[in-house]
Amino acid sequence: SGSFLLVYLYIFLVVFVGIGLPIEASAPAYQSHGTEGSHLTNITNTKKAFPVLAVNYEHVRKPFEIALWILLALLMKLGFHLIPRLSAVVPESCLLIVVGLLVGGLIKVIGEEPPVLDSQLFFLCLLPPIILDAGYFLPIRPFTENVGTILVFAVIGTLWNAFFMGGLLYALCQIESVGLSGVDLLACLLFGSIVSAVDPVAVLAVFEEIHINELVHILVFGESLLNDAVTVVLYNLFEEFSKVGTVTVLDVFLGVVCFFVVSLGGVLVGAIYGFLAAFTSRFTSHTRVIEPLFVFLYSYMAYLSSEMFHLSGIMALIACGVVMRPYVEANISHKSYTTIKYFLKMWSSVSETLIFIFLGVSTVAGPHAWNWTFVITTVILCLVSRVLGVIGLTFIINKFRIVKLTKKDQFIVAYGGLRGAIAFSLGYLLSNSHQMRNLFLTAIITVIFFTVFVQGMTIRPLVELLAVKKKKESKPSINEEIHTEFLDHLLTGVEGVCGHYGHYHWKEKLNRFNKTYVKRWLIAGENFKEPELIAFYRKMELKQAIMMVESGQLPSVLPSTISMQNIQPRAIPRVSKKREEEIRRILRANLQNNKQKMRSRSYSRHTLFDADEEDNVSEVRLRKTKMEMERRMSHYLTVPANRESPRPGVRRVRFESGLSV
Amino acid sequence: MYLSVLDSRQSLFCSSVSFEQIGILHKRFKQLSHNEDTLRRDDLNTIPDLSCNPIRTQIIEAFFDKRNFHQNGEGTVQEISFEEFLVVMSHFRPPALDMTEEQREIIRREKLRFLFNMHDTDNDGTITLEEYRHVVEELLSRSGALGKETAKGIADAAMLEVASISMGHMEPDEFYEGITFEHFLKILKDIEIETRMNIRFLNMDTTNLCK
Repeated sequence: SGSFLLVYLYIFLVVFVGIGLPIEASAPAYQSHGTEGSHLTNITNTKKAFPVLAVNYEHVRKPFEIALWILLALLMKLGFHLIPRLSAVVPESCLLIVVGLLVGGLIKVIGEEPPVLDSQLFFLCLLPPIILDAGYFLPIRPFTENVGTILVFAVIGTLWNAFFMGGLLYALCQIESVGLSGVDLLACLLFGSIVSAVDPVAVLAVFEEIHINELVHILVFGESLLNDAVTVVLYNLFEEFSKVGTVTVLDVFLGVVCFFVVSLGGVLVGAIYGFLAAFTSRFTSHTRVIEPLFVFLYSYMAYLSSEMFHLSGIMALIACGVVMRPYVEANISHKSYTTIKYFLKMWSSVSETLIFIFLGVSTVAGPHAWNWTFVITTVILCLVSRVLGVIGLTFIINKFRIVKLTKKDQFIVAYGGLRGAIAFSLGYLLSNSHQMRNLFLTAIITVIFFTVFVQGMTIRPLVELLAVKKKKESKPSINEEIHTEFLDHLLTGVEGVCGHYGHYHWKEKLNRFNKTYVKRWLIAGENFKEPELIAFYRKMELKQAIMMVESGQLPSVLPSTISMQNIQPRAIPRVSKKREEEIRRILRANLQNNKQKMRSRSYSRHTLFDADEEDNVSEVRLRKTKMEMERRMSHYLTVPANRESPRPGVRRVRFESGLSV
Repeated sequence: MYLSVLDSRQSLFCSSVSFEQIGILHKRFKQLSHNEDTLRRDDLNTIPDLSCNPIRTQIIEAFFDKRNFHQNGEGTVQEISFEEFLVVMSHFRPPALDMTEEQREIIRREKLRFLFNMHDTDNDGTITLEEYRHVVEELLSRSGALGKETAKGIADAAMLEVASISMGHMEPDEFYEGITFEHFLKILKDIEIETRMNIRFLNMDTTNLCK
């Protein structure tokens, strides 16, 4: 009952805000400062009473409207999660588009012109935060292990989609009864290239909620990021050609060259800015407050720079984020790290929400030209070409993979190929000289709606139905970490014995190069020497220590837990009360000496920390903490008591209370 | 020569290892052993790629460990034949696509057994705390004095984790002897070893190498 009241209140608020926007847009300016000035010169003519209260809307109009739109978007988001069962059934993206449709409809009913998703706004303001968020938190290991497969899907898959769809649609247009005989091949190919690319925003939005296993997730997601280069090249290519009208072999060759320039150039630009950011972060130890800004600004500059040269901005952003992350994280403070994480998630969340709402509004607004055959064929062809492409490519790829892609994986990869706002914006960018522009836009919107609504809504039950492997709930296990590193070295060694310069050999070479040269330049202080295993161990200890500090007390020793006593045969003497106090003091001091880095492996939009930390410390966890604390106590018992000097290589950490250790 | 090897070890090799790959490995064996019939530890010690590997000694020892020859032997040998070399290398073959769950389980056990044997140097069937500490120390052997201290802490924490997962609950005066093979299987079951512990046997061309 309480939540229903909230829902009604909320709907009312939405309607109010939705209507309020256009009314304010058309409100006349009551008074402006300009006229104030002119009044002074004619002061003898008319003397008005001094205006105590005046309304001046024009002055604040633009920021006011922007803020209002964002507020609307966020209130929507809030509302969905209040309605009990809705968010479990319908993905957020669908709901947001529906809201956009409603608001757009409302605005139209009022008689105003609903705003369309401006491509400039989209590409320069709304898209970068989402891509940066994705790139910065990209899980590197699965990505690099599958990069070959991802590239094949991204490049060859997208090319296949574009040409298959463009070609077949052209064939369709040749049929007299359709009534579209004016459409030439290049226009169709242009349309095919726009609508063929899998969209990262839509994929993120839907896959976020289904928690699919890591392999499929990284395949679809990686593909959606890397196909940007192909899309950019094809789009520009066909746009140029359709103006000219003819294509020569030289043009095709230049197109291929252009593809390599666009993709590699984008990556290069991103990497340069990434190294700059890493280098800058080395010197920020005295100005911690502005550290996050460097990360954001350098990344944005990378995006803008590559857009300036018509290179792939998305790949630049990804490269920048991936390159700078390991070095920046070693340099910045824990608070800056949290800030970066929070801000990226926040901005990308807002962006995504706004994009979907605007998609809905633009649908109501945009000029439409409906042609049943064309639109329906487009939708069907999208599905068909995607399925054929995935099956065909997987057949080839599986010959080269150790972990083969099963039929279930293929199905999810094919079904998860969603189209989204990028396709719409590219279509919107088409100049009005294309006589088919409206038809294309309508078809694009229909495809987007179909993929987001139908595929987006049904993918979750299908995943359940087909019992596709879900994401493993991974708790950091020190044994797994040890053995992961052990395996790396073992496989490198065996490759050496076989005489095989394989995967691991080159990875090891890269690591060594990284350690000896790159880290030395980009990481402040002595931290660059620290091996990963130690860093992992300290992270784990720190996590447990923070949990203990939060629970507020050192727990008493429970008799039924496993401690060091069970493992080491040494007899551990009973402790006196005084000694116990001393040990607690030493423990607290030593725990605070550890580095304050808490890297959690979340790249999900909705959870920023592993659920462990945000929840209240439950009984089970408290018991585990007690166990760990006891272990640590016993551990320190075997170490001489006067261990006051800080361990070498530990950075000084400043606490809120002013205590600097 | 190849045929006799195959006949006796037919059961070991699935479809993923072919005549061609055995031939390539044989060439490499001859190259390492300087055209003799047996391989010694020194021959492997001279491989330049292994020189900066922190667990080099363990890897080389694994080749001369009789437990890895699938003949229920124990102890170590001083030199190995090509047959035994192949058997050790066969631990790194990738699983075929059409394997059943039981076959995967068998392969998983085989690979984890190999790892276990690498850790359990005194062959008593358990990995004791000392042995585990040694493993972690070797892994961190290039971090100097700092590494040694922390290695102890890490090994202790890891041992505690194994004990907690396998035993659950122990009295304070009970003693956890060491990690048995079953416990080892349990703690590493999430690591998907059958897909990770592989060398691509395809496209191996030893003629590209300098040594």
